Amino acid sequence: MSGGGDLLPAGPATGGLAASDAVARGPVAPGPWRVAGQALLRNPSAVTSMAVLLLLVLLSLLAPAYARYVAHTDPFMSDVAATVSLHGEEVPVMQPNHNRLHLGLTPIGPTWNPRADLLGADNQGRDVAARLLYGGRNSLLISFCAAILCIALAAMVGICAGFFGGVTDMLLSRLMDIMWAIPVYLFAISLSIVSVSQGLHLGPVTIRSDSLLLPIVIIALVYVPYAARPVRGRVLSLRRAEFVTAARCLGVPRRRILLRDILPNVSTTLIVLAPLVMALALLAESALSFLSIGVQAPAASWGTLIEDGTGLIYTRPAVAIAPGIAIVVTVLALNILGDGLRDALDVRETSRGRS
Amino acid sequence: MPSAMRVLVVLGALLATCPALAANGDHRGGTLRITADAGAGTIDPQINYFSEMIQVQVVVYDGLTAFSKHPGEASNHPVADLADALPEPQDGGRTYVFHLRDGIRFSDGRAVTVDDVVASFRRIFKVHAPSSGSFYAGIVGASDCLKDAEHCTLPGVQGDAAARTVTFHLTAPDAEFLDKLAFPHAYVLPADTPPHDLGNDPAPGTGPYRFVSYDSNRGMVLDRNPFFHEWNAEAQPDGYVDRIEYSFGLDDEAEVTAVENGQFDTLYDNVPLDRYGEIGDRYTDQVHIEDVFALYYLAMNVNLPPFNNLKARQAVNYAVNRRAMQTFYGGEGAASIACQYIPAGLPGHVPYCPYSRGADNAHPVEHWAAPDLARARQLVAESGTEGQHVTLVVPNRAVEIAMGTNLQNMLRAIGYDADVKPIAFAIQFNYIQNSSNKVQISLTDWFADFARPSNFVSALYGCGNFHPGSDSSPNVSGYCTPALEDVMNRAMSESLADPARGDALWAQADRMLSADAPGAPLIQIKKIDLVSKRLGHYTATNLYHMLFSQVWVR
Repeated sequence: MSGGGDLLPAGPATGGLAASDAVARGPVAPGPWRVAGQALLRNPSAVTSMAVLLLLVLLSLLAPAYARYVAHTDPFMSDVAATVSLHGEEVPVMQPNHNRLHLGLTPIGPTWNPRADLLGADNQGRDVAARLLYGGRNSLLISFCAAILCIALAAMVGICAGFFGGVTDMLLSRLMDIMWAIPVYLFAISLSIVSVSQGLHLGPVTIRSDSLLLPIVIIALVYVPYAARPVRGRVLSLRRAEFVTAARCLGVPRRRILLRDILPNVSTTLIVLAPLVMALALLAESALSFLSIGVQAPAASWGTLIEDGTGLIYTRPAVAIAPGIAIVVTVLALNILGDGLRDALDVRETSRGRS
Repeated sequence: MPSAMRVLVVLGALLATCPALAANGDHRGGTLRITADAGAGTIDPQINYFSEMIQVQVVVYDGLTAFSKHPGEASNHPVADLADALPEPQDGGRTYVFHLRDGIRFSDGRAVTVDDVVASFRRIFKVHAPSSGSFYAGIVGASDCLKDAEHCTLPGVQGDAAARTVTFHLTAPDAEFLDKLAFPHAYVLPADTPPHDLGNDPAPGTGPYRFVSYDSNRGMVLDRNPFFHEWNAEAQPDGYVDRIEYSFGLDDEAEVTAVENGQFDTLYDNVPLDRYGEIGDRYTDQVHIEDVFALYYLAMNVNLPPFNNLKARQAVNYAVNRRAMQTFYGGEGAASIACQYIPAGLPGHVPYCPYSRGADNAHPVEHWAAPDLARARQLVAESGTEGQHVTLVVPNRAVEIAMGTNLQNMLRAIGYDADVKPIAFAIQFNYIQNSSNKVQISLTDWFADFARPSNFVSALYGCGNFHPGSDSSPNVSGYCTPALEDVMNRAMSESLADPARGDALWAQADRMLSADAPGAPLIQIKKIDLVSKRLGHYTATNLYHMLFSQVWVR
């Protein structure tokens, strides 16, 4: 049973074997979390992905410093009359086209000089590199928060449905089925269009249309079925486990069983799901922002940056390609991290590997 | 000259003209293919107010008068079309008598009659044409028709079938009456045309082409009107192409690519900014830049906060970066900076700009130099409107969205909590006209209906053009002052006898508007037409841009 409190070993899948090991090897044997951590650190792909994610987070956090002290620019202020100093010359950010008709101006392209529009400028004369870093802050923040919220909601729904069964399970499962039957992006776009036009008014609470809370809540909601279903499946198997049956027979309150026996044993599933949900959330956020129904101008996200770049795709492709690369790298890193976590936390697979 | 010699000279002249005739004849035929992002709404010529549709209707319909189809300055002036001559005003400018040409038929074969003309003018009011309250409100009986459209009899338009004359009685002299009759809302339709919006069902016309089909979501097809014959080449010349196919649905980027690749012959929408370099470099011979009377401007709702405050409106005028707007439209080659309501090139335009750095209403400069953000912030602070939420409504095309982002920055910089609301181009202008939508500030363009200053002053800021709760209310700002009305009325009547005096009064109206600032003029644009390699004989007028009837595709 779960007498071990936060002892993961109480669970049959993860902890059972690890607990036996702990007993056999005495008090110096490492705990299951440490084992998982060590397994994760031994996985070079997972370590590389963590390093990449850490780097992206650090760079994004440094966005204000980059804009202020390196690029000397306000990345949210449209300034088509701006100039940059390049090779000792003042060069206009919006450069006239030297065609016979004197038509059009094109923003400066990548200079590879951090002090002078490193990745070029967009059609408002704004530094793309600085906006890329600021965009990363919003994209990563929204996807992280949406993933946390989604996992929390999925845990509640999945645990309640799996543990209580009966009518509760039927109602929650059908609700999840209905939500999952609607294409995720269509669902997110519908919710966003409604909320972005006027903001969200829930009784005394008002969320402004340009608040980051809107995309966070919307993205979290649409992915709840994705995460709740495996949680429910896991709880269904745990519900019939011997240690849960024993707890019930001993009259342990259901709330205590949920918190002390079920939740700790579901936590591995939730941890494995978290980076995958975050990757999905990042893609959804980018799509919504690309469609102008996610992060609202003049704030930036990688999605809005790609949208800014679509009008310049023929002349200044870097404006759209740079945030595109950032999205690809982040999603790839999150997926690899998710795989690494699954390998590290999935004891059945580990035990098979050991045997 | 001996008769034999005369014969030789005539024969020589005929032979000399033959190659030209043959050449023009060779160019007759083919299909002109046009692309646009979206349709332009109803096909009803007395209701539609979009240049996209008007440009097509010009080759389908005729009025008693028409703007000359000759290019350049000539195209600013009305000439006789279904009428056989422009009449001299009688009764001090209050009466016009038109004689209808004989032998003109609609595309369904019916002859055009005086009854058709009279019924068409009644229909203007019955269908609530957007210009009914402005252009045609001066016809005797129009005020009753505006109040009770269903029972409109319009006694100020009288037909005499036997004499084939139509007589107009006006309540006051109107120097622009012949221009107003040339505007598409005054096209002559069959008398039995239903008195409601025709939607997608076209009415027969008298021009060289007729509508074969129209789907506001997909496109339209026109072919030759079998009953058309050329009666006045200056008013309505015969067309070269046999068929016109207009397709909707491509975005502006794809439209440019399609024209470059020869899949279409031209596009209606603006060439996106990022393609200017490319078309200027590689397609120079396929680009035509034409001067037009058209402005981009900000319309501020004088009946809603914060722009019901004069200082708030003046602050926007000081703060807006007109150079940036010029850049977004394509630079100096594509647009010039505008600081006043009457565009350059029209009578009454006297260079004048009180909203530039270092200038004010007491000390205006001739040309805008730079924004004055400090002055703007000060005015916002004095107005007590600082911190208020402002929503800027813009069309959802790339150029206007780029302008909108810059304008949002500007509004935030002077102390407002601003956001931008892009709305589909096809409905944005209707949306901002309707006061029920409570639009505080909007970005839009305005192309001249005719080459007169009233079309930018009276049409956009006259009391007669403000209809609360209606989608047809071109006075988007909801601005209406007796002082401006008085000056405009005097300008309208005095222009007839003394055009110079009239122009001076229009210039005065322009300055009065500048002082009250119900809008913020931004740029005067040029029309940039990209055409396919095979399109020849490009012909454009100041008011209708490219004339589809006059281009060759063979």
